[in-house]
Formats: sequence, structure tokens, C-alpha cells
Amino acid sequence: MKILSKCLTTLGFASIFGLSSVASAATDLTMYYPVAVGGSLTKVVDGMVDQFEAENPDINVNAIYAGNYNDARVKALAALQSGSPAQLSVMFSIDIHELRNLDAIVAFDDVVSTDEEREWLNSFYPALMENGKADGKTWGVPFQRSTIVMYYNKDMFRAAGLDPEKPPTSWEELVSIGKQLTKQDSNGTVDQWGAMIPSTGYPYWMFGALTKQNSEVLMNQAGTETYFDKPGVIAALEYWQDLGNKHAIMPKGMIEWGTLRQNFLDQKTAIMWHSTGNLTTVKNKAKFDFGVAKLPGNKELGSPTGGGNFYIFKKSSAEEKQAALKFVKFMTSAEQAANWSKSTGYMGVGPSAYETQTLKDYVKTFPPAAVARDQLTHATAELSTHEAGRVRKYLDDAIQSVLIGQATATEALTDAQQQAEAILRRYK
Amino acid sequence: MLKRFNMKAWLLLLPAMSFLIAFTHWPTLKSIWRSFTWARSDVAPSEFVGLDNYRILLDDPVFLKVIENNFWYAIGTVPTSIALAIVMALWVNSKIRGTSLLRLAFFTPTILPMITVANIWLFFYSPNIGLFNQLLALVGITGPNWLGDPDTALSSLMVMTVWKEAGFFMIFYLAALQTLSPELFDAAKLEGASAWRRFRKITFPLLMPTTLFVLINAILNAFKLVDHLFILTKGGPNNESNLLLYYIYETAFSFLDSYYAATLTVVMLATLAVIALVQMLLLDRKIHYR
Repeated sequence: MKILSKCLTTLGFASIFGLSSVASAATDLTMYYPVAVGGSLTKVVDGMVDQFEAENPDINVNAIYAGNYNDARVKALAALQSGSPAQLSVMFSIDIHELRNLDAIVAFDDVVSTDEEREWLNSFYPALMENGKADGKTWGVPFQRSTIVMYYNKDMFRAAGLDPEKPPTSWEELVSIGKQLTKQDSNGTVDQWGAMIPSTGYPYWMFGALTKQNSEVLMNQAGTETYFDKPGVIAALEYWQDLGNKHAIMPKGMIEWGTLRQNFLDQKTAIMWHSTGNLTTVKNKAKFDFGVAKLPGNKELGSPTGGGNFYIFKKSSAEEKQAALKFVKFMTSAEQAANWSKSTGYMGVGPSAYETQTLKDYVKTFPPAAVARDQLTHATAELSTHEAGRVRKYLDDAIQSVLIGQATATEALTDAQQQAEAILRRYK
Repeated sequence: MLKRFNMKAWLLLLPAMSFLIAFTHWPTLKSIWRSFTWARSDVAPSEFVGLDNYRILLDDPVFLKVIENNFWYAIGTVPTSIALAIVMALWVNSKIRGTSLLRLAFFTPTILPMITVANIWLFFYSPNIGLFNQLLALVGITGPNWLGDPDTALSSLMVMTVWKEAGFFMIFYLAALQTLSPELFDAAKLEGASAWRRFRKITFPLLMPTTLFVLINAILNAFKLVDHLFILTKGGPNNESNLLLYYIYETAFSFLDSYYAATLTVVMLATLAVIALVQMLLLDRKIHYR
């Protein structure tokens, strides 16, 4: 179908301009992209690509859906090592240090040439650029970006005698409101939980929110140091643990990332922390009145950003790089970003997206769509270091071992810090 | 004449051989070589480091954990799925009504792709909305957090694996059962042997070649089949359900450390080779081939 539409587009333009050799002069781009949350995002991407090709008949974009973030990186890197590399890809924003260590990507500063292009590079929300910058240059341009937001069930708030327009804004309130929302059945089994924070899949990401709320960060910008054993970080993990063990507003042990949304939709939990990328699906499937709010804070509000950035690969010709830049500019333009945000729940990557009629109207009828943007002023970078995979796993394992009661927060995080330091030493 | 015949044989073998060499033997040799090397950074050339990578193994708590887990995983899945396969095969081989429907039912899990199955079971196991805990709730029991509790995570994976595999092994047993000559059983019945005695003295010994084949496959699968980990637990919580092959994947594609991944791969290959060899040598003598 896509090939057919591509052919038709090419034919269409060939006939309009009376050209016969449009296809032979075309630049071919191959791009891998991931989808980390459910929903039919591939169709949205295909639609945007088709529109780009219609506007730019001299560029063919072959957009390949490549699984989750990890899969997308594996496939793009495998393609790079083989004979048929990709010219650009959407990959995890936190892959930046490893992609640079592999000498795989170029800085956008070295690809842009005109003032207009330089201006475009500065048009994104600064918080979204944190994971895309290193050594003073921009290596990743934000595309499918998210933060963690708090989804809550307004019907349950009402049933518990709470004001549905006043979701918890602090850690204490989350506990006190959570207690009022936790309900047991006649057997003493909890059949409605106050809150759920997922602890599989991306535990370090959720933890990044709790640490930022405690005014700490997990690593430095250069990705050479981690701060897992700082007292504020340890206290953040203890708070997370207490939500289940002490305050009993959240199930003890692990909470599965993949089934959490269904738990919320089935009204088993009144509050969930999840990616904004779920917003449109929740909106379409929730059979109750729900709200979306900024995450509650402790010393301050906070959430890490998340999601995927565009990268341009080094192993491509100057012509391909320019075509890739053109494509990235198109995909992140105000209109497209607005359309993308509306169909997925990911945020518009720059202020201009929210000034489009599309998003203005959408936000007016559906205010939750703007929560992620409003939270950006409190956002911090997602955990991203050299050897990111290993460092992330040390932290993930530490978090999980604490939540399942195998270690104390101090023990587990001190241990993770030592492990991380041992492998980051050679990057200093 | 003989020479020409050989030539032809080799030519016939060539397509299969070239694929085997390109995709099995050459990568194996490369992995073994790679396990003795290491590179300082991602783009630096690799250097020979002898047994260094193997020394790291012994100090790697995750490696020791996955070996332990894999051991229990094999113990938990292999005998159970084989026993279940025999029982199911005997059942569907008997002359009761509706056996073809039963056969189909037992075989269905095998037809489904592991990833699909895992996605379904993820919701079965889910603590609040899952099927299992809803059933338990009917009789007033609060079910555990199957995949999120270190005490049940690995066992939950085992149960799903047994469910998935038993039907596949049943097919082999069913095929074997249908080749057994009915005279043996008629004679035994005439002598007044009980059903259990007939099974123990006739059926089971005659099924031994199948059992060896199934046993080798089941053990290999206990190491090879990790698709469900990607969906169900990702090896968590805190590596409680991590298995060797999944750890190899993580090391190679998440940590991007192909040298250590090669080392782990060599350990896995060696383990599997030893197990297969022991099985062949020990069991072969006890098997009655016709």
C-alpha cells in the first residue's frame, strides 16, 4: 500500500512537472524508529512520511518500525555495520554518549548551514535539549518526547469525598489522599489502590522523577559521574518503598509497566504515574472521568524527560545529510509536531507547536494535553551516561531489590554507585 | 567411480554445509576467539587478554545468579513437561471419544508464537486484573504478585514454559506410541498384568529412544528459549528470573559489550555440549532400539 502510494506520488509529480526522471535523481533515506508504548503510532509516522514525500518528490524516505528503543538501536547499529546503513534514525535520547563513543553520529551544528536552520535548532524547549547535547553541540533533535505525568480517576476522587480538581501536589498529599483512595473488599483484600508507580521496564526513569522532586539529579551532563548514593537520592528511594510497605497505598513489590495502563483503565488504581505517550490511548479507552496532573513534588516539582530523538549518522553522504536534515526539520515543524502530539500524547517539541490552531483547539477541548508541556519547566534530563546500558541496569537492579525487600535503600544504592563508578572511571 | 560418487555427495552437501559454516561454525569460532580479547573503548582495536574475561565471570554476581536460575529452570521444566507429555500422549492415544479434539487442544500452545503467548500470560499473571488472581479471589484467596515477587517469578515462567512445551513433546510420544505393536499388550493382558505394570514394563522401555530425543530437546530449550523473558519479567525483579541467554542478549545489545557476551556464549555452548554428550553416553546404553 505504501509502495503503491509512493509510486502514485512520484507519478503524480512526474506528470505535473512533465518530468520523466524524477525517481532517478531522488535521494533515498532509510530511517529506523521505535514505538515504546502501545497504540497505532506506526500509522501516524507513515502518514507524516507520505506527506513529506509528497512535498519533496526528490527524497524517498524508507521509515522502518524497529520495535522498542533497545531494538531500534540494535537494528540501526547493525545496519551501520553492514553494507546498507541508515542515514538517520529515531533512537532513545539517552543513547547519545554511546552513539558518540561508537563514532556513529554527527552533530546537527555541523549539518546546518543557514541562519534559518540554526534558528530552527534553537527553537525547541530547552529541557528537551538536555539529553541531546554534549560537548557544547547538539547531537539529538527532540521528536517523540515525553515526561511522566500523573493520571488520576476523578470518579474515584468523588466517591472518596475528594475534590476531583485537586490532585495531590506533594509527597505528603500523595500519601494522605492515597490512603483515602485505597479500598478493601469484605475479605480484607485491597481491590482499589491509591496509586501505582511502575517498577519494571524503566524503573530508573520513574526514580529520576522522585530524585528530582527531592532536588537531586542522577548524573552529570557529560555522563561520566553518577550520584546514586547521595542522601537525597537514598531518601527518594525510601519514599518509594514506603508507599507500598509503610503507607500501603500501593501494592508491595513490583508493578508491571506493561499492564499498568490496563490496571488504571480497569479502575484498580486511582492514580498512576506513566508516560504522556499513553495519553491518547487512555483518553480513548477510559470509561470514567479522568484527569492528568503534574507529578507531586517534595522539595520541588520534577520529572525526567524521556523518549526518542532524531540522530543523523556519520556514514552518509553530504547530500544525504542535507536530505535528512530537511526531513527532520519537516517532522519537527510546528504543524507536524502538533499533529503528532495530538495523535499520540507525546508533547509538541517546541513552543510553536502549541501556537498552531490544531493544538490550540485540542488543548481547549482537552486540557490534559498541555500538562506535559507545563511540567517542562520542572523537568530534568533522563539518566544518560557512558556505558548507559550497564549503568542503567545497576540502578534498575538496586531499585527492584529495595522494592522487593532484599536490601535497604542505602545498601543497594551505595552498591550501585560503586559499580557505576568502576566502569565510568575510564571515561573521565 | 567411487571418487565421482564422493564428489557428487559433497556437491549435494554443499548448500547445507555453506549455510552451516557461515551461520553456525564460523560465528562459533569467532565467539571463542573474541572471548579471549577485549577493547579499551568502543572504537579501539581489540587486544588479546587471555583468560581475563573468564576471571570476570567468577566475580560477576549476575552471572552466578543466572547460572543458578538456569539450573532450577531446567530442573523445573524438563521432567514436568516430559511426564505431562507422556500422560497426554497416553490419553489421546486411547480409544475414547473426542480424542482428535483433545489432541488439538493439547497441541494448541505449541502453534502459538512464544511472544504472543507471553503477552497473553502477562495479563493472566497480573496481580490485580489477572485471570489467576481473579479465580483465586473467588475462593477468598489473595493471589501473589506472580511475576513481581522474587519467590514466584521464576516458577511462574516455568509453569508457562511447561504449558507451552508439553504439547509439542506429546506429538513425539504419540507418534512413538502408535508404532508399538498391540500384540505385546494383548499378551500382557492375557498374563493378567495391571495397566501400571504394562506401562512400566512395556510402554515406557519401548518409548526410551523418544525419551532421549525429547530429553535432549527439552534441556536445550531450557537454555535456548528466553523469548518470554522479554515480555514477562525482563529478568527481574533484580535478576530473580534472569536466564543465561537473556543475560547474553543484555550484555551484547544493551551493554554493547560483545567481548563479555562472547565469553558468556562460550560458557553456554560448553555447558550444552557437555550435557548432550553425557546424555548420549549414559542413556544410550540403557535404551532398547529395535
